[in-house]
Amino acid sequence: MIKLALFILFLPLLSFVFQIFSFRRFEEKKGEWVSVGIQFVTLILALVMLGMMLSRSDPNFSLELHQSWLDLGLFKIDLGIYIDNITVIMLVVVALISALVHLYSTAYMAGDVRFSRYFGFLGIFTFSMNGIVLANSLFMIYIFWELVGLSSYLLIGHWWEKDSAANAGKKAFITNRVGDIGMFTGMLIIATVLGTFNFQMIAERIHDGVWAANAGMLFGGIDPHKLLTVAGILVFMGAVGKSAQFPLHVWLPDAMEGPTPVSALIHAATMVAAGVYLTVRIFPFLTADAMATIAFIGGFTAIYAATIAITQNDIKKVLAYSTVSQLGYMVMALGTGAYVAGFFHLVTHAMFKGALFLASGSVIHAMHHSLHHLDDHETDPQDMRNMGGLRTKMPITFGVFMVTTAAISGIPLFSGFLSKDAILAGTWAYAANVHDGWLASLHLAWILPVFGFGAAAITAFYMFRLIFMTFYGEAKQPQIFKHIKESPKVMTIPLIVLAVLSMFFMFTLPSVNPISDHGWFTTVVQSPESAVTTGPAFELEHFEHALHAAHTPAMVTSILVAGLGILFSVLVYFLNKISAEKLAVKLGALYRGSFNKWYMDEFYINGIIRPFLKGCDALGRFDLDFYDHYLINGWGRNTKRTSKGVGLADDLIVDGAVNFAGIIFQWLGWTLKFIQTGKIQNYLIFVLIGAAMLYVVNVF
Amino acid sequence: MADFIFWIIWALIVASAALVAFGNNLIHSVFALMGTFLGVAGIYIFLNADFLAVTQIVVYVGGILVLLVFGIMLTNKISTAQISQSSVQKVLGLLVVLGIATIILTAVLPHDWVGATLPMAFTDTVTGIGTLLFTDYLILFEIASVLLLGALIGAATLARKEL
Amino acid sequence: MDHLSSYLVLSAILFSLGLYTVVTRRNAVAILMGVELILNAANINFVAFSKFVTHNLDGHLMSVFIIMLAAAEAAVALAIVLNLYNDRGHINVDEANALKQ
Repeated sequence: MIKLALFILFLPLLSFVFQIFSFRRFEEKKGEWVSVGIQFVTLILALVMLGMMLSRSDPNFSLELHQSWLDLGLFKIDLGIYIDNITVIMLVVVALISALVHLYSTAYMAGDVRFSRYFGFLGIFTFSMNGIVLANSLFMIYIFWELVGLSSYLLIGHWWEKDSAANAGKKAFITNRVGDIGMFTGMLIIATVLGTFNFQMIAERIHDGVWAANAGMLFGGIDPHKLLTVAGILVFMGAVGKSAQFPLHVWLPDAMEGPTPVSALIHAATMVAAGVYLTVRIFPFLTADAMATIAFIGGFTAIYAATIAITQNDIKKVLAYSTVSQLGYMVMALGTGAYVAGFFHLVTHAMFKGALFLASGSVIHAMHHSLHHLDDHETDPQDMRNMGGLRTKMPITFGVFMVTTAAISGIPLFSGFLSKDAILAGTWAYAANVHDGWLASLHLAWILPVFGFGAAAITAFYMFRLIFMTFYGEAKQPQIFKHIKESPKVMTIPLIVLAVLSMFFMFTLPSVNPISDHGWFTTVVQSPESAVTTGPAFELEHFEHALHAAHTPAMVTSILVAGLGILFSVLVYFLNKISAEKLAVKLGALYRGSFNKWYMDEFYINGIIRPFLKGCDALGRFDLDFYDHYLINGWGRNTKRTSKGVGLADDLIVDGAVNFAGIIFQWLGWTLKFIQTGKIQNYLIFVLIGAAMLYVVNVF
Repeated sequence: MADFIFWIIWALIVASAALVAFGNNLIHSVFALMGTFLGVAGIYIFLNADFLAVTQIVVYVGGILVLLVFGIMLTNKISTAQISQSSVQKVLGLLVVLGIATIILTAVLPHDWVGATLPMAFTDTVTGIGTLLFTDYLILFEIASVLLLGALIGAATLARKEL
Repeated sequence: MDHLSSYLVLSAILFSLGLYTVVTRRNAVAILMGVELILNAANINFVAFSKFVTHNLDGHLMSVFIIMLAAAEAAVALAIVLNLYNDRGHINVDEANALKQ
């Protein structure tokens, strides 16, 4: 098992090394198939692990490999691999999506300027993502966390000749950095108190009361429970950055500047899920307060991003905001304690969102080729307003789109329904289960299910809007439409595979009940006990109870709201009963707000970046005008003046004295040089006279 | 008789040394120097220094004097037996030397030397010198040998045509 | 002849004459002769003191070393004189004043 995991971890690195150090030698010679092959081998190994796990069917299975990495005497850092069922499932997800994206890219990226480099970067991304999945400690996760950040940066900026791509890469990297600072601080707090980064040992030690014993002493008498809450939220900040949660979500829509397969792999299915995965890993030692914070962040993100997605016209932007919204769902699920539901949604979302992105890539690919054919470089191939009626031209893509849209909208029979329903039931149960504290006093907890159901309705609406705008109706640009072709097989096969994986039964086998998520997944993935002992922790047992009770009402409501969203979408975009333009005018401010992403970017630029730059400017001017001009230069001027005076004194008095001495010695030398005859006998005479004089002086 | 011979020798030394100092002919000076050396050897005999007397004759007359004659002959074109030589700063030199001589005599003569009136009886000095040379003065002897070797090599090196 | 002073006076005269030779002669070989005179004067003193004052052979030993030294000195000095002659064509020390410049 460990050996398999190590192979899965390092094979993609091999692919990276091959692609980077082949120096494009194999670019025209199908060198990309080496990487594709490696990814499929990895996928097979991951599937073997999955098979082993399923045959074992043990929810508490775990395996760990330690390797001492840094030994500072009292403080040790171990690197290692931790494998449990969640790890295995994540490995399969990453390997599957990565392999399919590799396959897909061979056609999509054909003829690209940096073809082999692209595959190399995909390799290093897969390697680092596997590293995150397999990490057994916060520290190791942090290392690979930064590595996926790097590969994300490299891939977003793949077409760096475009300013927007280069800027998007930088934006992603810097925004992530904000979250990572929090994560690192949280890690250090935990390591300071407990002396370890290892997940299992952290949970163990917190459970054994080490935290309660040490925290106060180390951090100036702070309440250990509060400190644990703070540490949990700080580590979660890393997830906020990586999983694009509000308010650090701004980078993800911009990241769509990267190639579409990259968007599917990194910015929809795997890397952005890393934040959720991190939250899963730290779940046992989150306090109730920390979890509430996480739930509210996730819930707000879910509805906030959904509202933006309604008005976007760029096909990838819609999907990007949809991703943010779905990630918000997962985070909210974990925050409310619906651990299984959150992770379940991560997996199902990876499948259908990966498929959606790849399908949109297929559309863009076709549009691009058509535009290329027409020699048109002005029209945006990603703008849905240029599409329409593509259903007949691209039947496979359309079919996949329909299946996955149904999945994301939460229509029964598809995977998204099961996971989303589980999450909504979780929020319902959470709200019903809160009895004390600040959440209960104002019934604030009920906001979460409201957010959840609202987002579900909006999701159904905008996803069908996307379908109708792209595949139905009249072709808006007939000459482009004429040249649209279905994409080649290497692109459609991954689509079909992922579409099949968006069916409900893939996750519920051996049970085939379309409205219950009971199956292999819920057997092997079970919520861990909370390790928190320092104060009110999350009460799993009560929650499970409430969850059971909330299941049916939540399901009914979710089907209702999804239906509502779809109905509204049909009315507006399919039957044209309601004019979208008139609606936009009527809604006015709301429409403009949504269209402009609620001015979040503008807020950052005007509210944070500009004032910061202005502050820098002011400080710079202060430095230049006051500090330099008055203090430094003033000091310089004074010194100059003093120096002039001193110099004068030097010239007259000191130099005068020196010159005077010089003159005396010159005169002496001039006088005495007559003795210097150069004749040795003269000198001898002088010696004799001197000796005689010495004698005379001594004796008389 | 011995007194008489002593004073003769005494006078010979002073006279020949004066010729060395004041003579105008270099060749004469060299031969006068030989007289001085021989006289000093005589004086050694009066001082019971038999070994030194012989050494004086062998080394000075047989070695150094011959070297000096070689030096003169190699550095002058010899047409006659007369090689004139001149002096510089005669008056100043004379005054200074007279002063020095006065100082020496006034310093040495009035001094009451301990045991100066009891001359040592004559004994054979060769055994004593040999014994001392290899006991108390061994290091000095060895250093002298190194010095001689150095002088030998130095002289040979310096006398070569091209340095 | 049995008085120390007669030897000392002789030595002083010999020394003075040697010194005069060294100081006044222009010819380098003549100066060497003066040096030999001075050394002889010193030898006489050593041996005389040995006989009349110390009553041992230390003075003799000194004289032996001085004779040895004189031989070495003469050899080296003559080599230098020969070089001077090769260089200048004469051996007048008062003209060998290149050090003045």
